[in-house]
Amino acid sequence: MKKTMLQKPKGFIDEYKHKAGAEKDRTHYCPGCGHGILHKLIAEALEDFGLVDETILISPVGCSVFAYYYFDTGNFQAAHGRAPAVATAASRANPDKIVISYQGDGDLAAIGGNNILQAANRGENIVVFFINNAIYGMTGGQMAPTTLEGQVTTTTPYGRNTDTDGFPIKMSEVLSQLTAPTYIERVSLHDAPHIRKTRNAVRKAIKNAKERKGFQFVEVLSTCPSGWKMDPVKSMKWVKEKMLPLYPLGVYRDLGDDAKITTRPVPVMDPVAVWEKLGISAEADVDFPRGDVAEEYRKLSIRVAGFGGQGIMVTGQALASVALEYGYNVSWLPSYGPEMRGGTANCSVNIQDGQIGAAEAVKPSMLLAMNRPSLEKFEEAVEPGGTLIYNSTLIDIEPTRADIKVFAIPITGIADELGNTRVQSMVNIGAYAAITDMFRVEDVIALLPKLFKGKKQAILDLNAKAVKAGFAYVKDNFK
Amino acid sequence: MTDPKYPRSEVNSEKCKGCGLCIAACPMHVLVESPKLNSKGYHFAEYVGKGCVGCGNCFYNCPEPDAILVYLKNYDPEKEV
Repeated sequence: MKKTMLQKPKGFIDEYKHKAGAEKDRTHYCPGCGHGILHKLIAEALEDFGLVDETILISPVGCSVFAYYYFDTGNFQAAHGRAPAVATAASRANPDKIVISYQGDGDLAAIGGNNILQAANRGENIVVFFINNAIYGMTGGQMAPTTLEGQVTTTTPYGRNTDTDGFPIKMSEVLSQLTAPTYIERVSLHDAPHIRKTRNAVRKAIKNAKERKGFQFVEVLSTCPSGWKMDPVKSMKWVKEKMLPLYPLGVYRDLGDDAKITTRPVPVMDPVAVWEKLGISAEADVDFPRGDVAEEYRKLSIRVAGFGGQGIMVTGQALASVALEYGYNVSWLPSYGPEMRGGTANCSVNIQDGQIGAAEAVKPSMLLAMNRPSLEKFEEAVEPGGTLIYNSTLIDIEPTRADIKVFAIPITGIADELGNTRVQSMVNIGAYAAITDMFRVEDVIALLPKLFKGKKQAILDLNAKAVKAGFAYVKDNFK
Repeated sequence: MTDPKYPRSEVNSEKCKGCGLCIAACPMHVLVESPKLNSKGYHFAEYVGKGCVGCGNCFYNCPEPDAILVYLKNYDPEKEV
């Protein structure tokens, strides 16, 4: 259908409701900014091809960090330079969608230099729109990798010196050395005829993407009137006079119909499907019926901490492993210091029925402190109303918190009485079982051969005694 | 010179940031900088009222999505929904 009117393309959101501040009807860009021009060309193409709802746009860091305010597409905002990596993920997971990575020169050619190289080299099925205005715009006009030789910026007040700052990087030329890219073109926004050519390049890249033709790269020479300290019309002349000789316009790669259409395996996103592939039943494998666990212990985030060698990791693994047999969701996350011995070790354990988010127990609901430094380090972090279990054999200070439940247990002493301090971890498990009513002692003992595979019966018996001793101590000394 | 209603360029004076790119891009020189200021303090662009050929240069040179619209030659208000 022939257009009868040129107006705000439907690729844009009607009202920029995500935009901060009161002005929801206009962009945040400076007067005369090239981003707005390229945005309009992309939004128009998406509307014309009926792809607005089929597109995922990745916003970069830079002035266009807020591209998601404007485009009525699916949107991600990536960390600095990482847009091609995020675009790769979006494209692999959604092979039927158009994925656009929109990036500036600071983002793409500096911190994200390797990201773009690798994505291009893999021939990812993405479109990259690369705005090159020879400067870091958002941060106030510093030298970028694309800054021209001799160009004055806030960080090159005497002009870019190639002896100290290197040469401008020509990304289209660099990427055209790779085998995989399908289409690479450099265009410019410096006057109306060139904007038309840019429009054609934008449309061609998006069309190619629709046909799954691999990696599309459109470098767009643009302006930064604010960063260059020029008025918008003069800055367009500057592009023509200064940038074009260094950055020749034209098609650097166009495989056209020879472009290879690559089909890649789609990642499996559904946990149940992943379990099935791994041969794991989606149904919880419950070996032991649950006891009556108090409400406060039904969603536990536990930090176990002490010296290396105190069985910290074994305690954490055993807590998680035993809870698993009662059908809980569990996680265990170890944290080692750089030192091999004598340092502190800790681990985080989550035990609950719901899905576990962060594995690290940043604000634990239970702290099991096996030595004094661990008590001092982690006591403050315990959630109000939480539980502290501490090893009173080795810890000669009192806990300071009054808003948590405290169990002082001579863990090392109990293990020592049994003849081996190495069973401290099972004293812990026994004590935990008694405090929470989550585990039955006989269930834990039945699991010992599984927890300590290949150990002699005498060791298993000693560990069983330790579980019982930890359990008995709590039952005898606390109500 | 005749004064047909269409084609015609229309600038939204409030959304215009006064960058002047449309004025520079207009081959017919029928866009000018207004002596008036909008609420943001910009001298917005204005269509002089005749002479537009509907080339669309102003629309494509304007960085603001919604500051300029152009009614093309074939525009028919009856057919617009």
